[in-house]
Amino acid sequence: MSGCDRRLFLKSTGIALVAGGFLPKVFVRMASAAETRTSRRVLVVIFQRGAVDGLNVLVPYGESDYYAARPTIAVPRPGSSGRPALDLDGFFGLHPSLAALVPYFHDGSAAFVHAVGSPDATRSHFDAQDFMESGTPGTRTTRDGFLARALAATPEAKPSPLRAVAISPAMPRILAGSSGAVAMRTLEGFGLRGGGDREGTAGTFEAMYDDAVAGTLRATARESFDALRVLKSSDPSGLPPENGAVYPRGPLGAALRQIAQLIRAGVGLEVAFTDVGGWDTHAGEGGSDGQLANRLRDFGDAIAAFARDLGSRMADVTLVTLSEFGRTARENGNRGTDHGHANVMLLLGGGVRGGRVYGRWPGLAPDRLYEGRDLAVTTDFRDVFAEVLASRMGVADLSAVFPGYPCDPRRRPGILV
Amino acid sequence: MQTMGMPRSAVAGLVVAGVLAAAAGADDAPIRRNERERARHALNRLAFGPRPDDVERVAAMGTANWIERQLHPNGIADAAVDAQLSDLSTLRMSSAELVARFETPILQARRQLRAERTADAGGGETADAERLRDLLPPENRPRRILEEMTQARLIRAVSSERQLNEVMVDFWMNHFNVDARKGLDRIFIATFERDTVRPRIWGRFEDLLLATAKSPAMLVYLDNARSAADAEHRPPPFGRFRAASPAKGPTGLNENYARELLELHTLGVDGGYTQQDVTELARVLTGWSIALPRAAGRPGPGGRFAAPEAEPGSFLFRERLHDVGTKTVLGHRFGPNGGMEEGEAAIRLLARHPATARHLADELCRRLVADEPPPALVDRVAARFLATGGDLTETVRAIVTSPEFFDPPSYRAKIKSPFEYAVSAVRAVGGSTDGRALGREVAEMGEPLYLCQPPTGYSDASGAWINSGALVARLNFALALTSGRIPGTVVDGRALPLARGAGSIEAGAVRLVGASVSAETAKTIARRLDGPENASDVAAATELLAGLLLGSPDFQRR
Repeated sequence: MSGCDRRLFLKSTGIALVAGGFLPKVFVRMASAAETRTSRRVLVVIFQRGAVDGLNVLVPYGESDYYAARPTIAVPRPGSSGRPALDLDGFFGLHPSLAALVPYFHDGSAAFVHAVGSPDATRSHFDAQDFMESGTPGTRTTRDGFLARALAATPEAKPSPLRAVAISPAMPRILAGSSGAVAMRTLEGFGLRGGGDREGTAGTFEAMYDDAVAGTLRATARESFDALRVLKSSDPSGLPPENGAVYPRGPLGAALRQIAQLIRAGVGLEVAFTDVGGWDTHAGEGGSDGQLANRLRDFGDAIAAFARDLGSRMADVTLVTLSEFGRTARENGNRGTDHGHANVMLLLGGGVRGGRVYGRWPGLAPDRLYEGRDLAVTTDFRDVFAEVLASRMGVADLSAVFPGYPCDPRRRPGILV
Repeated sequence: MQTMGMPRSAVAGLVVAGVLAAAAGADDAPIRRNERERARHALNRLAFGPRPDDVERVAAMGTANWIERQLHPNGIADAAVDAQLSDLSTLRMSSAELVARFETPILQARRQLRAERTADAGGGETADAERLRDLLPPENRPRRILEEMTQARLIRAVSSERQLNEVMVDFWMNHFNVDARKGLDRIFIATFERDTVRPRIWGRFEDLLLATAKSPAMLVYLDNARSAADAEHRPPPFGRFRAASPAKGPTGLNENYARELLELHTLGVDGGYTQQDVTELARVLTGWSIALPRAAGRPGPGGRFAAPEAEPGSFLFRERLHDVGTKTVLGHRFGPNGGMEEGEAAIRLLARHPATARHLADELCRRLVADEPPPALVDRVAARFLATGGDLTETVRAIVTSPEFFDPPSYRAKIKSPFEYAVSAVRAVGGSTDGRALGREVAEMGEPLYLCQPPTGYSDASGAWINSGALVARLNFALALTSGRIPGTVVDGRALPLARGAGSIEAGAVRLVGASVSAETAKTIARRLDGPENASDVAAATELLAGLLLGSPDFQRR
């Protein structure tokens, strides 16, 4: 380990330990006072695009086949020299770059699901993301995303124009549809500039778009102008992070900082989405250090900063991560991994029965691998979301959210209170 | 102030005229009106929108004649654009020059940094990055390649007379997407567009496909440069291979390129291939690699990487990494010992496959005709592709001369991408650009050029580009453009519809957007233009009117 890595490691661990000793207990207290809760519940979803290598995120260090499959990129067992995995439960350990998340796990506010994924066999990034976000694996004709359908299944009399927000340059598939979601790259950039009297110019554009033929343009414009008004009056982008939270520089930190601002400004946010790329590690992936380690440090530090920033409000906020598929159990010829099957999900915050790794572990012995090469899927990602949507968003009828999928409550992992 | 020729006399009291039926008045014969509509449609789809007099010009020469000319770009003079591009020196550098100027200095800086780091164990990642920046003179920073390429793409799209050529460059660069942020593609992106794609987009598809397969840019982007046969399928060690150090270099298969070659470049995701086909095709293509640039004065690696014949940064078939076994792809057998030729044969097989014809026909029709193109048209275009041996001129001609292309319901049916929107707006106001700040505007609206991360490229579906943030960015862009707030992009003030007097709003809409505005919209705009700060300043009102019209729903469509 270089001097630099060690310092960074200690620093991020230090922050996380302080946070871990304080915040999760507050979650518990807030959760028990749920009846008096006035703020809304918020679901935050982070999509790791490019297929993160779940086997190096949540390392099955208790299984020798893991080390046999990955001679140069395995993360060493806890207690080994170098930067070993951080033990969670005697079998799984977290990648050392995710140290900031460990305290949340041990305090019971964070949980993982392993060997989770989509049952569809595709190893195409595009198809697999599409299938996950549409919530209909194997069906390409689904027009909307499953979070959009979840919002439609919980209608409100006077929905906030910022009920669903994607911090993203484009509207993600998962929120596509008639949910009224808005997408923006940044809160700061979401405003009209120029044209003299701005209110007047905005009003003129609004009238022009109201007058347009019905369709995407008119609907999007209406949502945009409503959102502009709310943002102007609540001004969330002026709110500094709280509790000494320091977000890492980079797009994910920036996105989560802005989602936290929307939550604290009370704009009526219920679903927030953002995505983060750079996980397609076909070559030079690295083990405890290297390419994936650097991406994971940013990922873990950003999420830990978000939890710290929101403090006791995290009792109302549930954060879930997903990625289109996992990567091959065996490393390839370039010290990287190719497209695989099952992966890992993180759940953090309100309602999460943390401190556990959920899901049936299928093992990495060659005869247990899916198609002889990948971690097998033992939990359908829809069962995890079915539970999240039912218990946190109050979605009663999940058949509309996941059409054609029998959402059997007995199959749910039982992660949420 | 970048607008030109703007009269600054004071006027007050804009009056809305009744909505006129068409641009040139009521005496307009229906046949001529129809031809103008066809011309405008062709300019919207086969060019980046009309400039101020384009519709009349194309209608006068006949839309069909204009299209035929556009199908042969080499016969169209483009001296003005050539002159404008002459300032962008990286566009003319050879591959070797680009490597020498933008890669060798980085390698040398890294070597120096390593030497410094051994002497002093302090610092850290951030300090390293900063030190590396210090060691690298600004003129050697590869970012310049990306900046100049972005500028050139915008300059050509705005000002080139070979408009259809630029539309098809946009299409094929997206079909064969490469992200310039991936490793050495910061360099190779330059030769990829100039030497690989541009010279081949009107020839045979298999030549284009094969050129991309051998391009350093694609070999790096989709990792094939690092793919190698498994140990059991390597050639037996003999001769100069004997000394090879087993610890160095790639040691196994990487199927990234093979998969995207099937899914995105040729057959399409429903083209009927299996995981087995992906793996076997990856084996066929092992050894297709590049000669790596080296720091000056550093001896090249020996053993299996010895390749004195290959110029750094060029295609190199590494025989030692090639899989000598037999493989089966789509039922066709390759090998044993098929060498580089079996990869070429496999790629030609894919290029001529009926599923490829169908996939490309569908993609081209989506771009040029409609989000859901008529199946009968797609079938005919695919058949034409197969009948002509994949001739891309004939394939495009089959689309743009079809009755479906000129079917009026498809007029304005597509929503412009950010690139199309920005370029068409500059053209509409008779503008020109150096592409610098304009490139940043296109990125802000969601489409940074050469920087699309997934191999799918950017979406060609209308819905993909419309969301709240992007729409607000488009409105801001329209206002900034017409008020001369985009540095390096000049608007011709004479092209703006003068916001003065009766009928100015309707006339402006027809001129800039090519569509009438409703009486209701005209009233709304007039009220805004009559506002206190505009009533006394016709220049400001004119800019605002143009900004409102370019931001209007109709101008988002092509």
